[in-house]
Amino acid sequence: MDEKKLAIIATKGSLDWAYPPFILASTAAALGYETQIFFTFYGLQLLKKKLDLQVTPLGNPGMPMPMGMDKWFPILGMTLPGMQGMMTKMMKQKMKDKGVASVEELRELCQEAEVKLIACQMTVDLFDMDASQFIDGVEYAGAAAFFEFAGESDICLYI
Amino acid sequence: MADFNQELDASGLNCPLPILRAKKTLNGMEAGEILHVIATDPGSVKDFDAFAKQTGNELMESKEEGGKFHFLIKKS
Repeated sequence: MDEKKLAIIATKGSLDWAYPPFILASTAAALGYETQIFFTFYGLQLLKKKLDLQVTPLGNPGMPMPMGMDKWFPILGMTLPGMQGMMTKMMKQKMKDKGVASVEELRELCQEAEVKLIACQMTVDLFDMDASQFIDGVEYAGAAAFFEFAGESDICLYI
Repeated sequence: MADFNQELDASGLNCPLPILRAKKTLNGMEAGEILHVIATDPGSVKDFDAFAKQTGNELMESKEEGGKFHFLIKKS
């Protein structure tokens, strides 16, 4: 049986952008897809051993807010010290209350399901990052190498 | 409920956890064995349907009972 291939390019490092690549990859792997995720730029934050992903309401007009805040809370208010931390805490609590897995758990499930996690060597060097900061099992490659897989993939997503 | 070899209670877990846990449990089972999954996530109905179709494991039963969803999956 020919296995379908899923390639994901993950470029964002905030909490809300962390979920899609891991959820899509783990689900695809559960359905029998051969899956690889290429992490580049801020996507590299998702590979760190200790995750400290944040989410901000600033610049996110589509983000639903409690107490209808998105209707009346002034945008400048989002820049107040502590706002980002509070919003991140609230988002994480919401995830917990609704039985949604944490990013760490999803990432672990991906690795268990043999999803290949690849870090863009160029961006690692660009941001002066070190392999010791990342979780075990990460491969390092460049775009050309990733294209070998992406070029054959049935689905390729840019997140 | 028909006979089953193993039970997985995925109550309270939301997408994609029910499917992922089921896959993991099935990996440790023998061909022909039946897994009974209990879930509360309404999305799991379609998810398990797709899971069965895509992985070739047979979805023998899918029903709602007592406010929860029950699935019987036979490992192929």
